[in-house]
Amino acid sequence: MKVIKEKHSLAMRWTHWVNFPLLTIMIWSGMLIYWANDAYSVTIFGYTFYHFFPDSVFTFFHIPYRLAEGMAFHFLFMWFFTLNGIFYVLYTIFSGEWRNLVPQKKSFKEAWLVLLHDLHIRKTAPPQDKYNAAQRIAYTAIIVMGLGSVLTGLAVYKPVQFYWLCWIFGGYNFARILHFSLTLGYLFFFIVHIVQVIIAGWNNFRSVISGFEVVTEEPAIVAGLADENKKSSGNENLAIE
Amino acid sequence: MKILQSNNFYLNQDINMDIIDPKNKKELTTDQKIRRRTFISFATFFAMSAAAYEGWDWLYHVPSEANGVTARARKPLRAAMNKTELFFRKFFSNNHLVKTYPKSMAAKRVRINSNIGNEDKNFNPENWQLSVVKTNGEVLTVNMEAIKALPKTEIIFDFKCVEGWDQIQHWAGVRFIDFIKHYKLDDLTSMQYVGMETPSGKYQVGLDMESALHPQTILAYEMNDAPLQTAHGAPLRLIIPVKYGIKNLKCIGKITFSDQRPPDYWARRGYDYYSGL
Repeated sequence: MKVIKEKHSLAMRWTHWVNFPLLTIMIWSGMLIYWANDAYSVTIFGYTFYHFFPDSVFTFFHIPYRLAEGMAFHFLFMWFFTLNGIFYVLYTIFSGEWRNLVPQKKSFKEAWLVLLHDLHIRKTAPPQDKYNAAQRIAYTAIIVMGLGSVLTGLAVYKPVQFYWLCWIFGGYNFARILHFSLTLGYLFFFIVHIVQVIIAGWNNFRSVISGFEVVTEEPAIVAGLADENKKSSGNENLAIE
Repeated sequence: MKILQSNNFYLNQDINMDIIDPKNKKELTTDQKIRRRTFISFATFFAMSAAAYEGWDWLYHVPSEANGVTARARKPLRAAMNKTELFFRKFFSNNHLVKTYPKSMAAKRVRINSNIGNEDKNFNPENWQLSVVKTNGEVLTVNMEAIKALPKTEIIFDFKCVEGWDQIQHWAGVRFIDFIKHYKLDDLTSMQYVGMETPSGKYQVGLDMESALHPQTILAYEMNDAPLQTAHGAPLRLIIPVKYGIKNLKCIGKITFSDQRPPDYWARRGYDYYSGL
């Protein structure tokens, strides 16, 4: 029978959906700033594989000659981005939700199995709690990346007043490269995230808006299943088929 | 174990019973509850998305500020810049020094990014004099010889442009604080701002007093151990490492003091007035 199972708290859903437009605005305004000195490329042995970014990309997004505008937006929305992140981290700490999110010792090995399963190389699905091992790593990494963006950003923004921060990130130029690379990291995360959400399907997607998931529950007391259920009965998980 | 499992089962049933149809007071079926909660949450989600989009649309198309000391930024964004300035000025300290480098690391070809306010072909550095306008209207004029007679300070630091590039450069001149002390202009440092402009007045910078008095702020007349070239702001230019390049005015003609923000070339073109590092 169908049962409504609470999955995502309002705080998690709120910060998730607030973060999406905020990060979009930060990346866009960051592009407006980056254009003024578009120095980065992937160059190996003198051969440039990719220049960040081709003129067509800049033109398509109406990026050129908007440095002042970019800075104005970037240095306003940085506050909201940071506060939203702080709010989320505090929520996970005080709610105890961090236990579902922070990778465990076994997560790194298990994440590999998740990957093999997702790529249809391995048949058996690895254990899935609220988040599987790969999700734990991804969702914790993205928070660390967010923190990294704020700190490297601060180092580039005030390299004199926060000279120690600039030093920690390997100096002005390296901090700037890190700040840029993290942004590429978000784009990569976004692509994988979207694909995974599409594959996971409607029930999963709905839960990030509505907060609940619909699970089909077996009548619990079935003699033959008792042994199998032993393992999962310790936590609040019902059998999810 | 079986008991625990079934307890959980009934617990869930209890949770799911809280939505009751007010009309017939009959418990909704699970499917009805799912539909209802899905509808409410998605409606809320779309309403809030629309509100967020409207908010963004408003901010994106909001009129620019009135032309004044600052201009060409969206009104709320200018207000935010000024608030953000106040926040970060709390971290400013004369003890926070810009990192310096050995002479060998200084660029031989120093980048010339702009000559705005510095294009006057008829300008003759030989006839140049620096005017310092005091608040009582008195004008102090100082020639190059007198400036060179003051203690010389060198700095080799990473010059940072607002565009994002940086370059290690070697400059020398008199520290602004030394200049102030020598000409006994200390009283004027109680004002909030220092203004500097080119002889033509076409390019101006406004500096908060604390940044101007920072121990690494220099009125420079030498670059790479040689007298300044015109393209680099001869005969005297500002080197202020706690600010972006846009504040490092080439060819200082006049220095003023004020409690109001003095005119600033790039702040009138949408950039942050403070532009501090």
